[in-house]
Amino acid sequence: MSGGVRQLRGGTRSALSLNAALVYLFFYAPILLLIFYSFSDDDLVGRWGGFTLDWYRAFGRNDEVQSALSVSIRVALISTVVSVVLGTMAALALERYRFRGNRIFDALLYLPVIVPDVTMAVMMLLFFTWSIDVVNTSFGLSLGKGISTVALSHIAFSISFVSIVVRARLAGMTQTLEEAAQDLYASQWQAFRHVTLPLIMPGVIGGGLLALTLSLDDVVITQFAAGPGSTTLPVYVFGLIRRGVSPLINAVSVVMLAASVLLVLLSLLAQRARGGSVT
Amino acid sequence: MTAVQEQPKQLDETGDVVTPLLELANEKNKRRRGLLLALPAYIYIVLFFALPLIIVVVYSFATRTRTGGTDLSGWNIEAYEKLGEPIVRDILFRSLWLALITTVICLVVAYPFAYFLATRSPTVRNIMLVFVMIPFWSNFLVRNYAWRVLLGNDGPVSQLTEALGLGQTTILFTPTAVVLGLVYGFLPFMILPLYASIERLDWSLIEAGRDLGASGFQTFRKVTLPLSMPGIIAGCILVFVPSLGAYVTPEILGGAKTTLLGSYIVTQFLTARNWPVGASVSTVLMIVMLVAALTYFRSGGKNL
Repeated sequence: MSGGVRQLRGGTRSALSLNAALVYLFFYAPILLLIFYSFSDDDLVGRWGGFTLDWYRAFGRNDEVQSALSVSIRVALISTVVSVVLGTMAALALERYRFRGNRIFDALLYLPVIVPDVTMAVMMLLFFTWSIDVVNTSFGLSLGKGISTVALSHIAFSISFVSIVVRARLAGMTQTLEEAAQDLYASQWQAFRHVTLPLIMPGVIGGGLLALTLSLDDVVITQFAAGPGSTTLPVYVFGLIRRGVSPLINAVSVVMLAASVLLVLLSLLAQRARGGSVT
Repeated sequence: MTAVQEQPKQLDETGDVVTPLLELANEKNKRRRGLLLALPAYIYIVLFFALPLIIVVVYSFATRTRTGGTDLSGWNIEAYEKLGEPIVRDILFRSLWLALITTVICLVVAYPFAYFLATRSPTVRNIMLVFVMIPFWSNFLVRNYAWRVLLGNDGPVSQLTEALGLGQTTILFTPTAVVLGLVYGFLPFMILPLYASIERLDWSLIEAGRDLGASGFQTFRKVTLPLSMPGIIAGCILVFVPSLGAYVTPEILGGAKTTLLGSYIVTQFLTARNWPVGASVSTVLMIVMLVAALTYFRSGGKNL
């Protein structure tokens, strides 16, 4: 717009550039050093002892890491699929329809985003302890916490994030195309399947990737919702870190970082299709 | 549904008089469809979120039995009274203090950054934003672990300070390390809303300020700063709130003497087995977050 003021003056300009450079250094130096040291052939973390891939081989051979990884992936896939379906439906309902209790639903759907991790974790612990107890005594079962309770807790917070992302997409859209489809005798379902869904797809994909990232990232809630045999990779790594640093953790961390970066790139591609801003 | 869809053919000929009726039926139909669409997520959130939330509040009024169990029969506020005890109060104030410092540092660093970002060409801006988003999306645990490696006794920072003759770096397991980790984790939460509000500033107002003879600083203080206030409020809440409830960062970078609220709550459930106290601290934390969130929405912040 008015280019005049957007041009910064000499002194301010160099101070701001320096600040920006330092921010990027702050963001990336730790990550890059971690990647660098994960290739170091030295038992001490943070010391260079020549190039090696041994820690990555150890990552591949470690059974505990592998089973934690498989739990993580299973939980992430289940929670993403369920929360994308439920979250998208909720987004459509809230953006396109007025119904009894829509305001309460709207507020309720925002809560999981606001409530801190630790509180959510406590909620899940108390809820599953209580509900499993009730179910077991009334049906004479011996259920316990496990992968399913972890997935249930992940869905509980992911639905909200998915619906927020999809709603952002829906909010900027006019309904003329859907109306046109219906005027041309498309059924409700056909109009949704061939018009609405393709239009909101970037939002759905973006929401799904967010759900996937959140599920793969979570430590605290998972720790409280998990039972024996349902340790996810972050929970396992968190336990290792509390006992101390090790080159193996470096390698596992780099693999986890690579996964997140891949997800960011995918989401940016989805955003590009959306043609909107980056958030 | 079918009944309503068949109606238009008959009603079209009759004209205006019945149209409101059709609209009414249509409206009713739309409402029902909206509810049906919302229902699965609605039920899910009520069952797996609202109900657990109520259970936490109920537990916060319960009594701990001598064996570490929880007695739900007699309601009392003993767990809340415990919040006034010196140990818990110290933890509360320490958490508030560290969250405040984190927020201030983030604001001071992020504001000039966001301002700089907003003055770049659209292409440069997008590239710079992508490089803010990458750490934002990266695994939080891993990012904290990176600092643990960096600040460790034999770590790169220590090697550097030793080479410079400054001795070993000893900030790991101190509050300083925790603040560093929190700033590292939450800085993007400050940058993004600040950028969003500065970017959509009406720059002609700034120009007008300068034309009317105000100095650069005066223009900033009287024009830019007030106009970017929604972004500042949003950013501060988005940093302060998760910092206050942080658990992973203090566990990894903090020491035994820097117990914060998050760790305290977890300890009450996993080791101390005092569920009512854990539940009451969680409830208080939740109320703080709700107040912050309401302030945020009141201030007009909706995006992000």
